[in-house]
Amino acid sequence: MSDILVSEQSAPGFGGSGRPSGRLLEVEDLRVEFRTRDGVAKVINGVTYHVDAGETLAVLGESGSGKSVTAQTIMGILDTPPGFVTGGQVRFHGKDMLRMSAEERRRIRGEGIAMIFQDSLSALNPVFTVGFQIAEQFRVRRGMSRADAKKRAIEMLDQVKIPNAKGRFSNYPHQFSGGMRQRAMIAMSLALDPEVLIADEPTTALDVTVQAQIMDLLGELQRERRMGMILITHDLGVVADVADRIAVMYAGRIVEEANVYELYRKPAHPYTLGLLDSIPRMDEKGQELRTIKGLPPNLMNIPPGCPFNPRCPMAQPVCREKVPPLLQVGTSRASACHFAEELVNRD
Amino acid sequence: MGRYLLRRLLQLIPVFIGTTFMIYALVWKVPGDPFAGKCGDRGCPDNFRALMTEKYQLDQSIWVQYASYMKNLFQGDFGITFSGRPINDIIATSYPNTLKLAVVALTIEAVIGLGAGVLTGLRRNGFMDNLVLVSTLFLIALPVFVIGFVLQWLFGVKWHIVNPTVSNEMRISELILPGFVLGSASMAYIARVARTSIAENRRADYVRTAIAKGLPMRRVVGVHLLRNSLIPVVTLLGTDLGALMGGAIITEGIFGINGIGRQVLRAIVTKESATVVSIVVVLVLVYLLMNLLVDLLYAALDPRIRYE
Amino acid sequence: MSDPSAASLVSTPRPEQPTEFGAPTNAGLPENARKEKPRGLLGDAWRDLRRKPLFWISATFILVFVLMAAFPSLFTSGDPVNGALSRSRVEPSADAWFGYDVQGRDVYARTIYGARASIVVALLSVIGTLLIGGAMGIIAGYKGGWVDGLLSRIADIFFGLPFVLGAIVILTTFNGAGTDNNEWQIMGLVIMSLVVLSWPVVMRLMRSSVLATKEADYIVAARALGAGSGRIILKHLLPNCLAPLLVYGTIMVGSFIGAEATLSFLGIGLKTPVVSWGIMISEAQNYIRVSPFLLFFPAAFLVTAVLSFVMLGEAVREALDPKLR
Repeated sequence: MSDILVSEQSAPGFGGSGRPSGRLLEVEDLRVEFRTRDGVAKVINGVTYHVDAGETLAVLGESGSGKSVTAQTIMGILDTPPGFVTGGQVRFHGKDMLRMSAEERRRIRGEGIAMIFQDSLSALNPVFTVGFQIAEQFRVRRGMSRADAKKRAIEMLDQVKIPNAKGRFSNYPHQFSGGMRQRAMIAMSLALDPEVLIADEPTTALDVTVQAQIMDLLGELQRERRMGMILITHDLGVVADVADRIAVMYAGRIVEEANVYELYRKPAHPYTLGLLDSIPRMDEKGQELRTIKGLPPNLMNIPPGCPFNPRCPMAQPVCREKVPPLLQVGTSRASACHFAEELVNRD
Repeated sequence: MGRYLLRRLLQLIPVFIGTTFMIYALVWKVPGDPFAGKCGDRGCPDNFRALMTEKYQLDQSIWVQYASYMKNLFQGDFGITFSGRPINDIIATSYPNTLKLAVVALTIEAVIGLGAGVLTGLRRNGFMDNLVLVSTLFLIALPVFVIGFVLQWLFGVKWHIVNPTVSNEMRISELILPGFVLGSASMAYIARVARTSIAENRRADYVRTAIAKGLPMRRVVGVHLLRNSLIPVVTLLGTDLGALMGGAIITEGIFGINGIGRQVLRAIVTKESATVVSIVVVLVLVYLLMNLLVDLLYAALDPRIRYE
Repeated sequence: MSDPSAASLVSTPRPEQPTEFGAPTNAGLPENARKEKPRGLLGDAWRDLRRKPLFWISATFILVFVLMAAFPSLFTSGDPVNGALSRSRVEPSADAWFGYDVQGRDVYARTIYGARASIVVALLSVIGTLLIGGAMGIIAGYKGGWVDGLLSRIADIFFGLPFVLGAIVILTTFNGAGTDNNEWQIMGLVIMSLVVLSWPVVMRLMRSSVLATKEADYIVAARALGAGSGRIILKHLLPNCLAPLLVYGTIMVGSFIGAEATLSFLGIGLKTPVVSWGIMISEAQNYIRVSPFLLFFPAAFLVTAVLSFVMLGEAVREALDPKLR
């Protein structure tokens, strides 16, 4: 409890009970399943990733790949039931959050790790003003007076470049445009100065032009505040400019992790290759859009071996038998493919 | 808002006219002899006949009759009983009692219904949940007079916890049992609506946001979840105040409460249809106006609703 | 309580919540994770119903009550109408299981015979309500325009009338002092007032059903193929709207049994020599302190009957609601 209070004032560096690795946020071998009436769906099957201060990790994957569920598990907002964490660790400053008391976890939310949701219209409470929802955090978490909290909330709205922040304070979410609402959402998540920001598809619900503005804003705020950021997206176009590293998820696993440049230059996993190939390109006008054949696997019945093998153009017998582990390929990247070396070394 | 109010009032008018006209016609026109069964067993005294005929122009066409009836009504004159007592008097003395009972009933149903609904909405499928679901089904299904008699017998006669009937002072402590009976069905509805509403909103994105903000659970539930879930419940409660006063007839009869419903019962027994109708019209009016009020309340509670 | 037609009972939540397991759509569960079950709605509903004890219990009770109404002599050889004053308010015994009432009549026999009036009134009222409300709803929904406007306003007028108050006005006029209706006329009047005050609910239900299906492709196709209005309504619209109507009707039978009793209790419904549970309860109320058994038995039968129908309706509704699966 006391160490958490310390963390409220000065950001980094309180030692946790786990292995101190100096990392800000680490997910290790996380496993989550959904127990439904029709059976058990293994949604997360051993996800490992980390993010450090001042760094942006993009988590990329199709819907259903488990990227959002991982984020929800980190935040502790997984719907239980049906979702259950069955294994792994989520370490914040080296301390496993999954073993913390509810109260400890609550204190990390908002000022240790904060989250931006995809659909700002439903993520903001419709019956309270936007200002109230931002000021609320200053009042509840910082014990500020109503007037002070309001002042700080208006400052936050200002910081995310909402024009006429003072006037907008007392507007309701539905009175904002989509882009403005997402800005308000960002202001709300940054109110308590978090060390890690999880942005769950922050621009999916927005127009293309607004998307770019929001991504720019996020990148700017992240650099200013030296936050660690986890950017969840299925949109390869969004990641390139903002992310430092990319983790590609498929069927509840990380199948490839690399820095942006390497990943775009030479993917080390056929799934990533397929994703990159399916981006429409200006120089191939008139050609048929390439897609990855087949559908993501049924998570209640994941095929044996590599989960991608039924869709993989280079699948071999070994792919149907052995699950490829996520292994280092070269110096700074990892891939979960039996033929990762071949992929990287071809020209 | 003003325009909306106006539109709602305009919509109310045909319903009000239709309802009152129907009631009027049923009472004074349909029986053939307008005075049949209006004045107890002995028949109507001549001076009452003369007075009423003049007042409501009973010798004219039904339209003229209705018009003069409405004219009197809007001047706050609800007519007289055959013994010459103004019905306004009856209403003035008994209405406050009914209102008191209705308010007690409303409070009880709000507290118990909401409590049960919130509790089961948050924790579904447990023992409490099933208990509440079964008991609400009972309360909804059973006629009020059965619940009234059973509880009156249990608490008043068998266990001597309360007096079986309510004294003229109308103490609040005496009104708890009748209030419970009167509000029983609505209590069940409120519990069910609150339960569904909470259960639906519990998984709403904004609740998740509130948790992600690191608010204490108390605040997430008590402020964010409740505020949204309460909108349909408050609406239900509002509509209910009107309905409770109309429904108080039976409860008042059982517990001997000197309210407006008892007057209706008395008038039924002593065969004064004119009185019955006058009081019913008042109750219908209250009911309709309450519904209008609830619509406006709804607007105040949910900022998303724009009345244009 | 003012409206025993219990409009919102249909929309109340179901006792069990299998949706608990339905994973939220944004939770990353792929669509194909759910198993396909190619079965018809009715087959599914029946499969669901068969597994519910509540369904079997309420169905059994209803069967017993219907038998009771049809052949009361199967259950008792007593005389429900005539009694000996010497036995006035004799407590229950092996001879007379439920005791004797004030007039010295066998309470058991009366309770059995009381089923008939209660159930007949309720059933006929429900049929009337469904026919009138259903017809109005179909016409309003199908025709639309001014017809819809007019019918909806008329429905508003009746809908705005709290049930007890409306029934009091109607029945004091037709069944009040100075009228000497025979028992069939009284029964007719009670049925009429129940129908008159309840049809708007069914109409709204039906109207929205029709509005929802009217623009469906297969209806448009039928119209394009030259099917007449009558045929479209009978062959296409009606079968689609039937399920909610059926459920509502079942629940309504329960409500109407209670409503009939309420009216009898108020002294404006059925009257002696007709035997009904409401009349018995009404007669017993003055002796509640000294002879509570007079109240208890008819009340227990009334409660059981009402609950049986309501629970059967709820069970069927749950089974028919595909959203719950």
